[in-house]
Amino acid sequence: MTRQLLVLGLVLAATGAFGADDGAVRVEPTNLQGPRPLAKQTESAVIRDYLQAWQGLDAAMTQNRPDLLDENFVGLAKEKLTATIADQVKAGLQTHYQERTHDIKIIFYSPDGLSIQLVDNIEYDEQLLDHEKVITVQPVHVRCVAVLTPTEVQWKVRVFQTEPL
Amino acid sequence: MIRLAFCILALIAFTAILVWGQDDALNVPKTVNAGAAFSIPTTGSGKGTLWIVGPDQVVKREVDLGQPIAIAAGDLDNAGHYVAVLASPSGTQTAQFDVTAANQPASISFLARPSRLPVDLQNGITGAVYVFDSNRNLITTPLPVTFELSVASAPTQTRTVTTDQGAAWTEMASAQKAGNAKFLARAGDVSATRVIEQVPGTPCDLKMTAHKDGNKVGLVTDPLRDCSGNPVTDGTIVTFTESWNGGQTTVDAPLKHGVAQAEVPAVLGARLSVATGVVMGNEIRWEGQP
Repeated sequence: MTRQLLVLGLVLAATGAFGADDGAVRVEPTNLQGPRPLAKQTESAVIRDYLQAWQGLDAAMTQNRPDLLDENFVGLAKEKLTATIADQVKAGLQTHYQERTHDIKIIFYSPDGLSIQLVDNIEYDEQLLDHEKVITVQPVHVRCVAVLTPTEVQWKVRVFQTEPL
Repeated sequence: MIRLAFCILALIAFTAILVWGQDDALNVPKTVNAGAAFSIPTTGSGKGTLWIVGPDQVVKREVDLGQPIAIAAGDLDNAGHYVAVLASPSGTQTAQFDVTAANQPASISFLARPSRLPVDLQNGITGAVYVFDSNRNLITTPLPVTFELSVASAPTQTRTVTTDQGAAWTEMASAQKAGNAKFLARAGDVSATRVIEQVPGTPCDLKMTAHKDGNKVGLVTDPLRDCSGNPVTDGTIVTFTESWNGGQTTVDAPLKHGVAQAEVPAVLGARLSVATGVVMGNEIRWEGQP
């Protein structure tokens, strides 16, 4: 029995330690509202930049470095996330967002081509550290609504909001 | 039999360990309106620490256990999914909950294009909006948005569209009359307006006349109007061309007070033509008329 528990524990530990890095990404067929057709290259670029934004978010929140948001966020989203980092610093907190799966669907391409909206049915692990001590790690499954706008070389997240599934 | 009893006991013990090791659930409302006050009941005594964390906001509080924790209005005003953790001497309790945007629009982001276009162009004007609450959260529940395009001395075009995930859009035709149009988007009590300049379209029926002017031929167009009767904008370039065997003269003249004029050498038998943009006008064969 002890041996079985040990094996079970090892499996659970291994899942927790390594499973998190294998974030699976699924992209749903696009069903756009709006008259503007979405080119395949644009779709790929938006998905790539949105996924990079999650990496940037995690790095910024883990290291409490708002400058790491510059690469992927602008406007409202950047302002709000920057404020979160400021609050984290004040309270001695860090948060770590480890994506597990994304299920992304682009739902709106504005007629002027200046914004793209997507929804992402996302699973991630949210880890909270207080003065570098792990307080909790919680699996989260939510829907993320993001609006991206084009910049000189890439799409950046302008609106970023999680909500119930 | 003994082995079976041992196995059952071990299973119960294992389950107990698992349950014991897990966090207890913290009693937090499943959803809370952004910026609204709410409270979290606690048990026990002594001091504890509460954390509420999400990408859009974090809150940390030292709390008195046994007393409800009051989250005041405005403390949590960013919509999103949050993890709440309460640490006390007896253990840790966790919960997840959502802060949702208010349904009352407070601002709209209105993208209208283009800022200038010709009159009478079907679906030439597009507008897209994103609707936000007073805490700048995207309101993702469906809301009606009204678009209005108005220009002096023409009926206002109105469309009402329901938002989908906070976004709505429309297409409208530019008016037949040139001038500045007010393009308005309204959600609830808030609105945003953009000005769209509607300029005359392509000239319709480009016509010129020719007259002798010394040893030259004077060419002048009739006043240029688009197909809706709007005078074509001054400055529009009109090209006059004179062709004859082995020769050609071209003059570009800007429209002044609605007409364009030019002079070309008087060559008997020359063919005189006029054009602006993609519109061709009439042709005249110069036979030396006065």
